[in-house]
Amino acid sequence: MKVTLHVWRQAGPAAPGRFVRYDMTDVSPDMSFLEMLDVLNQQLIARREEPIAFDHDCREGICGACGMVINGRPHGPQRATTACQLHMRTFPDGAELWIEPWRARAFPLIKDLVVDRGALDRIVQAGGFITVRTGSAPEANAIPVPKRDADLAMDAAACIGCGACVAACPNASAMLFVAAKVSHLGLLPQGQPERSTRVANLVAQMDAEGFGACTNHGECMAACPKEISIDFIARLNRDYIKAAISHEG
Amino acid sequence: MELRSKVPSGPLAEQWERHRAEIKLVNPANKLKHRIIVVGSGLAGASAAASLAELGYNVSCFCFQDSARRAHSIAAQGGINAAKNYQNDGDSVFRLFYDTVKGGDFRAREANVYRLAQISVNIIDQCVAQGVPFAREYGGLLANRSFGGVQVSRTFYARGQTGQQLLLGAYQALSRQIGLSKVTMYPRSEMLDLVVVDGRARGIIVRDLVSGRVSAHGGDAVVLATGGYSNVYYLSTNAKGCNVTAIWRAHKRGAAFANPCFTQIHPTCIPVTGHHQAKLTLMSESLRNDGRIWVPRRKGDTRSPNEIPDDERDYYLERLYPSYGNLAPRDIASRRAKEVCDEGRGVGPGGHGVYLDFRDAIARLGREVIAERYGNLFEMYQRITAENPFAAPMRIYPAPHYTMGGLWVDYNLMTTIDGLYAIGEANYSDHGANRLGASALMQGLADGYFILPYTIGDYLAQVKLDQLDTAHPAFRRTQAEVSDRVNKLVAAGGRKSVDAFHRELGRLLWDNCGMSRAAAGLQEARDRICVLREEFWRDVYVGGTGEDFNQTLEHAGRVADFLEFAELMCHDALHREESCGCHFREEYQTPEGEAKRDDARFGYVAAWEFAGVGVAPVLHREPLEFATVHPAQRSYT
Ligand SMILES: Cc1cc2nc3c(=O)[nH]c(=O)nc-3n(C[C@H](O)[C@H](O)[C@H](O)COP(=O)(O)OP(=O)(O)OC[C@H]3O[C@@H](n4cnc5c(N)ncnc54)[C@H](O)[C@@H]3O)c2cc1C
Ligand code: FES
Repeated sequence: MKVTLHVWRQAGPAAPGRFVRYDMTDVSPDMSFLEMLDVLNQQLIARREEPIAFDHDCREGICGACGMVINGRPHGPQRATTACQLHMRTFPDGAELWIEPWRARAFPLIKDLVVDRGALDRIVQAGGFITVRTGSAPEANAIPVPKRDADLAMDAAACIGCGACVAACPNASAMLFVAAKVSHLGLLPQGQPERSTRVANLVAQMDAEGFGACTNHGECMAACPKEISIDFIARLNRDYIKAAISHEG
Repeated sequence: MELRSKVPSGPLAEQWERHRAEIKLVNPANKLKHRIIVVGSGLAGASAAASLAELGYNVSCFCFQDSARRAHSIAAQGGINAAKNYQNDGDSVFRLFYDTVKGGDFRAREANVYRLAQISVNIIDQCVAQGVPFAREYGGLLANRSFGGVQVSRTFYARGQTGQQLLLGAYQALSRQIGLSKVTMYPRSEMLDLVVVDGRARGIIVRDLVSGRVSAHGGDAVVLATGGYSNVYYLSTNAKGCNVTAIWRAHKRGAAFANPCFTQIHPTCIPVTGHHQAKLTLMSESLRNDGRIWVPRRKGDTRSPNEIPDDERDYYLERLYPSYGNLAPRDIASRRAKEVCDEGRGVGPGGHGVYLDFRDAIARLGREVIAERYGNLFEMYQRITAENPFAAPMRIYPAPHYTMGGLWVDYNLMTTIDGLYAIGEANYSDHGANRLGASALMQGLADGYFILPYTIGDYLAQVKLDQLDTAHPAFRRTQAEVSDRVNKLVAAGGRKSVDAFHRELGRLLWDNCGMSRAAAGLQEARDRICVLREEFWRDVYVGGTGEDFNQTLEHAGRVADFLEFAELMCHDALHREESCGCHFREEYQTPEGEAKRDDARFGYVAAWEFAGVGVAPVLHREPLEFATVHPAQRSYT
């Protein structure tokens, strides 16, 4: 099949950026989207042009490294699918594709499609954990966890930290990411002692990183490759209010 | 070079306990004065960095991804073993130990494996306390499933994302220490060399992948937790960035490399679809709990699978290994798949595939149960192949997956360079010639949480280290060498792409040093690797600059190292004139086509000493003594 690509090219954070057009022929429908970019990059290298920089590693939809906006949608059009798992058969022959990096104040651009998502790490560092020293844990089956809670915690914990939720949000909010972490740990008995400090610290760090506020657009859930539910945002809000009240009291 | 395994004396079951009691401790105030460098943030690296920091050490941790959370451990699907015996099915520390030693075809050190089995139970406790959402039964207790090569149910799992959840647990512990400023994290940073001063590892040279800046980092000990090197085959189930660079550069500085040819080819991966293919995708071994593997009885049978009646199907694993059936160990399952495909009975494009069929399991358990167990794996399969495993069997084929070989380490996980440790997949330790499923996660976390943090103290408590800074000539010299190499790669103005070299190397190894090996092929591969390496430095084209984010340059450095390392792999495979586990030498097999070991001649770990690029390495042998398990011909029939 044939596709026409318009790829955002930008040499560095301070350099000007623009879309560059590439016409691709002989694209196999069995190729993944990133394999298609690999092929293009090989052609660029053969022409002594600079290949397109993009983040990727596992190519199995789990590491969260890959991420680009394809025709206005983070990770492209397919439901619950990262860019690396998207296959060219999803697109019609002759498709025209616009490919851009995540755009958000908290994700400064590095080069082409690559951005710095360190802000998400810093949010976790602010309290996205359960404090437990190695070696101090009680016997694993000492505290039973109802299957329903464990399953729901797992739904939240499935977040791959790719940042698609931020890229999809008109306010560039990281609320879904934060809500997933708060819910994952807050649903488990082990996470209770730090539950209210955790939510307060994560939200404070999210604000400090320059992410926008959540105004319930719901675009984040639609873009999330792991289909993390915005119900977790409601859960975060409840925890947040409770934490605020208990701090005052 | 002398290999001293430092295995404690006394009965197997008491060795670790006693060793821990006798180990020298660093007093808390002194811990604050030490800096430890940990390269890697996967299960092994993140758990080690976090635990060391909790103990009071200052830690610098490096990874090449943009976040510590993206290390390739994240991709592990199936599960992690532990001898909890929660299922009351007769499991025990001894049984886990025994299964692992036998599964590894008697090429691992008994003492290490026993310790691993003992620690396995603490790992589950630790992870649950961190909030790892393992699968649970309705009563709220932890659930288990089975993996290949064993007859008990001891595998803990979190849907099909066990590695992700374990890594997030370790990453969160690491993040906490970063927040407390006990760990300094350096993402997008690649270690390109080791600095050795007076015979001791004292630091590393790192390239910042964004700015291209090359810098030196000093410390009192260096821990390599840099994962496996399956990408030497180009196509593998590993992430694109997985490499041999860190351990290879350490090898060139004096660390012995053990059993480099022991590479695991995993039986259940999605077959190759075309030339564009950049990597292969694993379908978790857990699928073999319920999926049945078969090919048509008749060669060249092109009917669709659902039209082939049962009596015209060959469930070859069930036929050959009635007591383990579809759960035969990986090396065996892979080799048998290759065999039936080589006979012309393979299915799918090119005949490189066998069926993994859920029809009977769906009929027995219902679609819902199967969806609950494997839903996300089925979806992944469908996304990649556009075929629905509920309607027609999956097609699978073996692919390179895991490397049992790695840096040689003693019982304390120290390499042959003082102060240099290797943990996780980067060392050779516990899996012998074949790793059983769900045991790599266990080993990485055992090393990182529970072994290294103690054993490194033993070294630091006894050694007297001079204060060094990176202005020391050894740092300056090594840094200059690294910069020169980077510049040389960037300047190479040849015609052939890095990718083309990597593919060619991968093909050579897959054909000659993959699932089955023979002297002639190995010799030829070794010669051709030398030629390819020369061609690389003459004719590669990298482009761009060294002072920039340059992914082609990153790849070029890794391929350059693979091109040196691959020769050692073939050399090792050639020297080992026996078959064991994954290492199947066609010349040495039983009449039934099973691996035929030669314990008298090869009952040792082969630890190679570097002697120069293109120069034959020097072999050192660590004899393996089996005091507890009697080495026998492995039988899974
Ligand atoms: C698809 C897949 C599924 C698997 N499933 C299972 C399973 O179900 N059960 C099981 O037990 N095992 C499984 N395994 C094996 C297991 O996941 C790995 O062996 C294990 O996770 C390796 O952990 P590690 O910490 O040693 O290395 P990794 O997780 O690979 O981490 C390596 C780290 O080193 C860093 N690094 C590497 N080189 C450099 C360098 N030069 N400079 C700086 N940093 C560097 C990386 O950035 C990374 O942080 C699976 C493996 C794969 C590929
Ligand atoms: S490359 Fe890992 S999620 Fe896409």
